[in-house]
Amino acid sequence: MSEGKSALLVMGCPEVPVQMSMVIYLSHKLSKSGWDVTVAGTDAAVKLLKAADPESYYVKKTVDLDEMIADIVEKKVDFDICFAFMHSDAGMTYGATFSAISRAKLFAVVFGKNAEALGESIDYPAEKIVAKATHNPNPLKNKIDKVIL
Amino acid sequence: MKYKLYLERTSFKDAREYIEKNSEEVYYVDPGYKIFKDYYIIGMPPVAMGVRGKEMLFTYVKPCHGTFVMGIDSEEEITRLRENEAKKIKKSLKGKEIGKVASNAAPMSFSDVYKK
Repeated sequence: MSEGKSALLVMGCPEVPVQMSMVIYLSHKLSKSGWDVTVAGTDAAVKLLKAADPESYYVKKTVDLDEMIADIVEKKVDFDICFAFMHSDAGMTYGATFSAISRAKLFAVVFGKNAEALGESIDYPAEKIVAKATHNPNPLKNKIDKVIL
Repeated sequence: MKYKLYLERTSFKDAREYIEKNSEEVYYVDPGYKIFKDYYIIGMPPVAMGVRGKEMLFTYVKPCHGTFVMGIDSEEEITRLRENEAKKIKKSLKGKEIGKVASNAAPMSFSDVYKK
């Protein structure tokens, strides 16, 4: 049962197209299952998201990534689960940071051209969802659909 | 706040190595360590922070641009960093003392293990 449970989706740099599709898809899927979903991202990523979902149909709550990190460190908020999207070295450092500061069960969603190598380098506690996907979201979507919550 | 950039758009690993090689003192902090009232360090543990004279070296990660090594003169932050390290050492020494007490317990006979 997921009623009353909270989920955080963390967007990295929005330059790889599959990220935005998968964030909207996963937010909708989790919300329909009763999860209270918040999406955190950079200013650019949040702007892209709001342009695609102007009436907040798929994503109800968005927050600035750095503000979210501050609030978790200061123990103002935390989540039951966290999906951290990453496709670059910088994204990996954000994943490691969420693993260290939050009590949420972490899912490391790794995609892009170097997904496999990046996925192998994750040595912090996280369930890895790895797919070499850049333009076609389906390899990543199929793996996300297999996650049991 | 005046700052100097020593590395730009690099990997976190390279940034950490730069700090380790170019600092007089190196301290390791957890991700989320707060500096300058409102910046929380992002990174993959161990997150290195350096002291070089009056300057503190640290990593700054931007999701779309990679990792930067920055230097800012701040005696206040350097003092906090040293105090944080001293607390960590004190904590780890306390842990060892607990272990010492346990190892000072009366030696148990091998057969005692099977008494229960």
